Amino acid sequence: MNFAIDLATVWAFIIAFAVFVYVVMDGFDLGLGILFPLFPQKADRDVIMNSVAPVWDGNETWLVLGGGGMMAAFPLAYAVLMPALYTPMIAMLVGLIFRGVAFEFRWRTSQTGRNRWDIAFAGGALLATLAQGIALGAILQGVHVDGRHYAGGWWDWLTPFSLLTGVALVIGYALLGATWLVMKTEGALRDRAYHLSWLLLIAMLAAIGAVSIATPFLHVQYTQRWFAWPNIILTAPVPIAVAGVTVLLLRSLANKYDYQPFFLTLALFALSYAGLGISMYPYIVPQSITIWQAASPENSQLFMLFGVAILVPLILVYTGWAYWVFRGKVKPESGYH
Amino acid sequence: MFEGWDAVVLARAQFAFTMSFHIVFPAFSIGLASYLAVLEALWLATGREVFINLFNYWLKIFAVAFGMGVVSGIVMSYQFGTNWSAFSDKTGPVIGPLMAYEVLTAFFLEAGFLGVMLFGLERVGHKLHFLATLMVAIGTLISAFWILSANSWMQTPTGYAVNADGQFVAASWLQVIFNPSFPYRLVHMVLAAYLTTALVVGAVGAWHLLRDQHLAGPRVMFSMAMWMATLVAPIQILAGDQHGLNTLEHQPAKVMAMEGHFQSHKDGAPLVLFGWPDMAEAKVKYAIEVPKLSSLILKHSLDAPLAGLDTVPRENWPPVPITFWSFRVMVGLGFLIMGLGLLSLLMRIRGQLYETRLLHWFALTMGPAGFIAVLAGWITTETGRQPFTVYGLLRTAESASPLAAPAVGSSLIAFIVVYFAVFTTGVIYILRLMAQPPHHGEQGPHSDVPARAAGITPAAGTVAEGAAP
Repeated sequence: MNFAIDLATVWAFIIAFAVFVYVVMDGFDLGLGILFPLFPQKADRDVIMNSVAPVWDGNETWLVLGGGGMMAAFPLAYAVLMPALYTPMIAMLVGLIFRGVAFEFRWRTSQTGRNRWDIAFAGGALLATLAQGIALGAILQGVHVDGRHYAGGWWDWLTPFSLLTGVALVIGYALLGATWLVMKTEGALRDRAYHLSWLLLIAMLAAIGAVSIATPFLHVQYTQRWFAWPNIILTAPVPIAVAGVTVLLLRSLANKYDYQPFFLTLALFALSYAGLGISMYPYIVPQSITIWQAASPENSQLFMLFGVAILVPLILVYTGWAYWVFRGKVKPESGYH
Repeated sequence: MFEGWDAVVLARAQFAFTMSFHIVFPAFSIGLASYLAVLEALWLATGREVFINLFNYWLKIFAVAFGMGVVSGIVMSYQFGTNWSAFSDKTGPVIGPLMAYEVLTAFFLEAGFLGVMLFGLERVGHKLHFLATLMVAIGTLISAFWILSANSWMQTPTGYAVNADGQFVAASWLQVIFNPSFPYRLVHMVLAAYLTTALVVGAVGAWHLLRDQHLAGPRVMFSMAMWMATLVAPIQILAGDQHGLNTLEHQPAKVMAMEGHFQSHKDGAPLVLFGWPDMAEAKVKYAIEVPKLSSLILKHSLDAPLAGLDTVPRENWPPVPITFWSFRVMVGLGFLIMGLGLLSLLMRIRGQLYETRLLHWFALTMGPAGFIAVLAGWITTETGRQPFTVYGLLRTAESASPLAAPAVGSSLIAFIVVYFAVFTTGVIYILRLMAQPPHHGEQGPHSDVPARAAGITPAAGTVAEGAAP
């Protein structure tokens, strides 16, 4: 039995890892889409698109791993959460369709038509991000469960809190996108990205603060988890680290570093994500279903663990290689030969 | 809106709609990825410029089609949870890992190497680029392996047990993966994908040959495509026959519906060529039959008895008219494709492959035939296994999410609007690319604005090497 408990925890970390990799990798892709309206020049937009065109598909695959892995490792949680998040999930899928096809479609049309797919790219990214953020808030606030089924309505997810997390994620992805541009572009485009990074960082800090203050009011359990003695010894380092990373991030922006702003923003995401984990663990559907209740039988989890242990390192290696091939600054250079 | 509708019917409509759109793209990209690998290999081996021109020409089309396959595929992977949550809870422990392995072994492989395949020829050199193309092609085949295994398990479940929560769990992973219908379905589908792509390539070649018989690229692609039709179509018909016999063994009611056999026949069942199956009256109206031929095909004996739907409880009947007719569409197209292959062989032997306009018109009209046959085949097999999601064990009505009809109906409308807007546009872009013949010095995707990093100039030698040999 002890072994089964360990296995469920291991899988909780694997799913959490897949979702986190998705958030950071597709986060900057989607962030670029959110920032698209602020870069109306065609040349700028071409550079922005080309900075992620070779890798966006791989980035999005982590979302499929998160969803598919959850169905396989925690089928009960998947079966309860997906109907509970029905509308945000459909909205996310629709957004991802528009965003995804725009990568190819915008090269296959005339000038006026191309603008149409630019709107699809930006609108799709904004819709998908908002939906993901709302879904996160809806999970945190808990869903109505009866037996092995979702028992609420299809608009239960809509609350001020879920809207807050939706907006917070839009800001967060936009900051990732802006710092990505700082890293991958040059000249006037990079200057704009610096300027935006400042504004977005301030907005992101406000968003982190607002969500952190609102979360303990959702459930007593969250309050106790964070503030009760002796938990606070373990939880206090998180906000302290957030403060530390913020200082470093401000400094790197002031010094106009290329790479640091992006990676420090990733650190900020990692800390916020760890905070989420602290709030939720060991629940996978907060206050209703724990990871052990939702877990697949041992032999399903073991069978997949075998594949994950071998394949995920391999995937990270060749994904890393693909990033390496397209490393460096992207230039709006013409003249192919 | 949708008050009083049946949420399960709406969920089924949504699955049928989104799946039908989706399957078109992987069916095309499985075949096209392999074709691209062959073209690049031929270019590397012979150095003939026509092969790299064809490679870049089809690569642009592949990029558009692949993108549409990815975004419509993500919808499928989340739809299990949104619309079929009871199914996900019960079967997640068995088919969830199969799909997780699909992601780990196939999707990442395709996505990881796709960027290099599309934009990286100048950056990584020929050998690594060919490796990337190969990885993408292999990835599409591995993906077919896992998803067809999962589908086949739902059709012919083996190697499972049921736990205290009512979930299916694996008793033997080997028996789950290699369930009885899987090998047949895998062969049938991969061949179908290859034929579908060959027909598209052949039609594009024919289109340009009709305008100018001397273009090098269209001649090469037309010849290659016709070889595929000649060689693979007969194999596919054999494979389909074997698949049918396997279905007769494991899902007899599906075959009864395909054949329109409402009644049992003690001494030789007729082959119903055409007619209108009437489920209420349990007979095929206006039937045109060939006596005893069905027994000969299915049992290899003219007088062999064949059971009919009268031996199956009525609540377990699949919808007969759809199964019956979609099967006929698939088989009819299969024989037409074989006819195209044989005609092209005849003209090839006579040395008139590039001159026979009638053949080119025939190949042009057959361009979409593969897609229609694939859709008809999937409609046959998926309708024929109703009313179950896990055959004989879990009914479709017990698989759906506890959602009200307005939720499912609204999302159905959203998908219909979005899919028609997005995917018809994509198909128009693909047709526009196909309308231009491949030309000398054909460029890959995004050639008007290349993505190029500062400080990295493509080695001049590499580029020159590409054009030289």
